[in-house]
Amino acid sequence: MRKVLPSVAIGALLIAVWWILVVVTRSVIFPTPLQVITGIWELAEDGSLWRDIGASLYRVGAGFLLAVLFAIPLGLWMGWVRGAYATLNPIFQMLRPISPIAWIPIAILWFGVGNVSPIFLIFISSVFPMVVQTTAGVHAIERRYLRAAENFGVSRYTLFKQVVIPAVLPQIIVGMRIGLGVAWLVVVAAEMIALHSGLGYLIIDSRNAGNRYDLVIASMIVIGLIGLMLDRAMRLLEGHKLVRWRYAR
Amino acid sequence: MPAKIAVRDVSKSFPSDKGQLHVVDRVSFEVGDGELVAIVGPSGCGKTTLMNIVAGFDRPDQGSVSTDGVLRTEPSSRGILISQHGSVFPWLTVQQNLMFGLNGYAHDDKEALADHYTAMVGLKGFEASYPHELSGGMLKRAELARALVVKPEILYMDEPFSALDALMNLRMRNELLRVLTEEHHTVLLITHDVEEAIHLADRILVMSTRPGRIQASFDVPMAHPRKLSSSQVQELREAILRELGVDID
Repeated sequence: MRKVLPSVAIGALLIAVWWILVVVTRSVIFPTPLQVITGIWELAEDGSLWRDIGASLYRVGAGFLLAVLFAIPLGLWMGWVRGAYATLNPIFQMLRPISPIAWIPIAILWFGVGNVSPIFLIFISSVFPMVVQTTAGVHAIERRYLRAAENFGVSRYTLFKQVVIPAVLPQIIVGMRIGLGVAWLVVVAAEMIALHSGLGYLIIDSRNAGNRYDLVIASMIVIGLIGLMLDRAMRLLEGHKLVRWRYAR
Repeated sequence: MPAKIAVRDVSKSFPSDKGQLHVVDRVSFEVGDGELVAIVGPSGCGKTTLMNIVAGFDRPDQGSVSTDGVLRTEPSSRGILISQHGSVFPWLTVQQNLMFGLNGYAHDDKEALADHYTAMVGLKGFEASYPHELSGGMLKRAELARALVVKPEILYMDEPFSALDALMNLRMRNELLRVLTEEHHTVLLITHDVEEAIHLADRILVMSTRPGRIQASFDVPMAHPRKLSSSQVQELREAILRELGVDID
């Protein structure tokens, strides 16, 4: 209770300040907190909120899953095989700083304005942090553990299954958390530009349909809450018994 | 019959900023079957480098290491290394750690074998515990059990108990001596602790400062259990310390 009290107090204070400013400035366009809440209610009632949440989550889910399937084996390979790292790392380092938003024109050119474009953008945005984290995780495996495995003369399969993968798993989860966070940022941006559904589209559509800023802010709050929930879900993985050793002591 | 371990004229250098760093210089010694030989020397004298070469993890620039008359060029589960910082896998339980070493072994009941050694080192009831749930002493016992379970002919022990507090260090020495009365192993022990060497070893080799050479050899004729406060032990201790250049008057 004591832990959450300060943040609840700050939140309440911000809402109060927002409310007072809107009333004092007699803004016609900017909504009060109450208008935003009724906006959320309105969107929920007519079903568009659920439809758009579903569309965004579907795209993030698909793009992120593809990125996981691609990035983790690739990261393990790049971490383990020196030649693979030397060859691919410079390419990844060059591609990584390019904002996923910059890929939007290319995505539309290649995949049109359907679901494939945002899925591609999410893939591009979340694959890099996961590859980098997984590779770094392999490089960070302490030599004493690899030596112990060598000493017991285990097969390559056992070495990977019982030493390399468990040792890297905490880093993989960190990469997944970063990747999912970026994916959620990108889906909103992608939907604002090239699509006709999703929470990003909801923001743009609300503004275009008669400056409904109550719905714009309502969508923003929903985006924030879902982002928070996705991060919490990833954090649950950090508590799994297979990776708990990393956070103990 | 060839010696269990025969080290012949082993030298090793490493590149450094100031040119080649000569770490081990023409070291030769033998360890007989079932013998416990300790190497003592000041820190930085190349003891660990020598141990890595003897255990097969590193190659000498010059000279050779044989076990049972066969040239050793790589590590094998016939000789297990136990090092100061330990290498019990933190992501596996105690039992899984023991089973790890048994991966390539054809044995009817590996679990029973693992349980036998867990009990032997006094960890019965902790089979399902993860290393981070164990104390430093228990962790050392787990490491010892993991080494013993593959029935190695040789135990290479590199400062195995030096990270433990004095009381636990003493307990682990007694534990090791008890295990050695129950099972037949040849032990090569590296330590900077002269008292530990006298407590455990049949023979003590004194290494010089870098580049490390064997400068003296002492037999330890006292029978186990050894009384560390006895005048014989004290005389031997003083003789070894004098050899190490420590002023004891």
